[in-house]
Amino acid sequence: MKRRDFLKGCMACGAAATLGVSGKAWGIGSFEGYPEGMGVLVDLTRCVGCRSCEAACNKEQHLPAPDAPFDDKSVFEEKRRPTEKAFTVVNRYDTKKEGGPGGPVYRKIQCNHCNEPACLASCFVNAYTKTKEGAVIYNSKVCVGCRNCMIACPFNVPGYSYSSALNPVVKKCIFCYDTRLKYGKPPACVEVCPQEVLTFGNRNDLLKIGRDRIKEKPDRYVDHIFGEKEVGGTSWLYLAGVNFDQVGFDTTMANEPILSNVKDFLGIVPMVLTIWPALFTGFHLLATKNKNHTNHEDGHSEQEDHKP
Amino acid sequence: MYAVRNWLIGGIAILALTMAPADSRAKSIPDSIKLDSLVNLYERVDFNHAKHITIVKDCAECHHHTTGTLVQDADCVRCHKNSGATPVVACKGCHAAQPFSAAALREKNRTAYHMDKLGLKGAYHQNCTGCHSKMGGPTGCQDCHARKKQGDAFYSAGVIAPKQARVDVKHRSN
Repeated sequence: MKRRDFLKGCMACGAAATLGVSGKAWGIGSFEGYPEGMGVLVDLTRCVGCRSCEAACNKEQHLPAPDAPFDDKSVFEEKRRPTEKAFTVVNRYDTKKEGGPGGPVYRKIQCNHCNEPACLASCFVNAYTKTKEGAVIYNSKVCVGCRNCMIACPFNVPGYSYSSALNPVVKKCIFCYDTRLKYGKPPACVEVCPQEVLTFGNRNDLLKIGRDRIKEKPDRYVDHIFGEKEVGGTSWLYLAGVNFDQVGFDTTMANEPILSNVKDFLGIVPMVLTIWPALFTGFHLLATKNKNHTNHEDGHSEQEDHKP
Repeated sequence: MYAVRNWLIGGIAILALTMAPADSRAKSIPDSIKLDSLVNLYERVDFNHAKHITIVKDCAECHHHTTGTLVQDADCVRCHKNSGATPVVACKGCHAAQPFSAAALREKNRTAYHMDKLGLKGAYHQNCTGCHSKMGGPTGCQDCHARKKQGDAFYSAGVIAPKQARVDVKHRSN
């Protein structure tokens, strides 16, 4: 009877673990963001590269003075990425369009505030939070500066305070959460943008607006909203007049969240840690129990061997 | 006879419709419009409305269906084929100065066709720089907006430019 109970128990545990894991995995892949989540639609066809957004970000986040003035256009000669001193940067791309010259296209880069942030999943001190307003924020007090999130981020966004010798932490755009988003206000870059390249609103509204713009002006736009589906969807969305790979986007990005790549493995970890010890101890006990019945002396010595 | 009378009535009606608003508007067309929403960073812009009228001629170039000739844009014609001039003419009459404030987003009519309406600043800049780049008008920020000291501070430029950059500029000019 005892043996039968044990096996039953094993079966039940195994089934529960498997169901639990698959249930969680299904849940991860289908999260489409909080319904009240906000976002920003970036329309690259409107940007004139004035860099006002960079200046506004610098002032709003109290970042150190820049190396070059914010009206200096020579910075466009190289492709920049966000750093500890600049949470957003604008790059210029010389593009070509079918049937005519494309001319320069400017692209603003900042954290895209993923629906399912890879940085959040990669952080072992749980510094990151995806707020209901859509922002991906982080607690720099608990950040240990391991830079896992910098590797995990599919957009290469988080910067690192390399300048700080004692307490280097990760630095990135937080959607102006503390000073603005929390109070229902648009981020500083959106407010300052003269061309209204940046449209702030409910993410679902922005998707509708984006689709409408494409429908109204099919010659002006490529029929794609970058960030609608990429890596599980992002709060910041992009519209462009040229193919996205021409303006520095990674168009090979899957629609699956980055988390999906590791969730199968991570799902197994609790099962290995909890079920396996019980299972194999059970097998061992069963095996030695049988031996004890047949051979008392051998069983005794074997038990001695297995003592930790 | 009836046909002639109908034509006459129609003609008078059309005349009345076209003349009356034009007359009443003529008095209120400003020669200059003071644009001062960015005064925290820039000097006020005195937009020379009269000069633009002489260059552009057709009001509808900037004021879409609010005044001037009726809409031509294929997208607008779908609904506004028969829309006359509206009482609102000024840009700020429709384009909100704070298009993304919590209140503005709350009141947004999500079923309206014009859900994606530009804010005032966006409408000005897209209209102005759009036409200026086509017609060869000025398109640089400071061509229209003279920057104040606060503006220099905001852009870390001008007198407040980083030292390194100022040295670089000197070198380049030498």
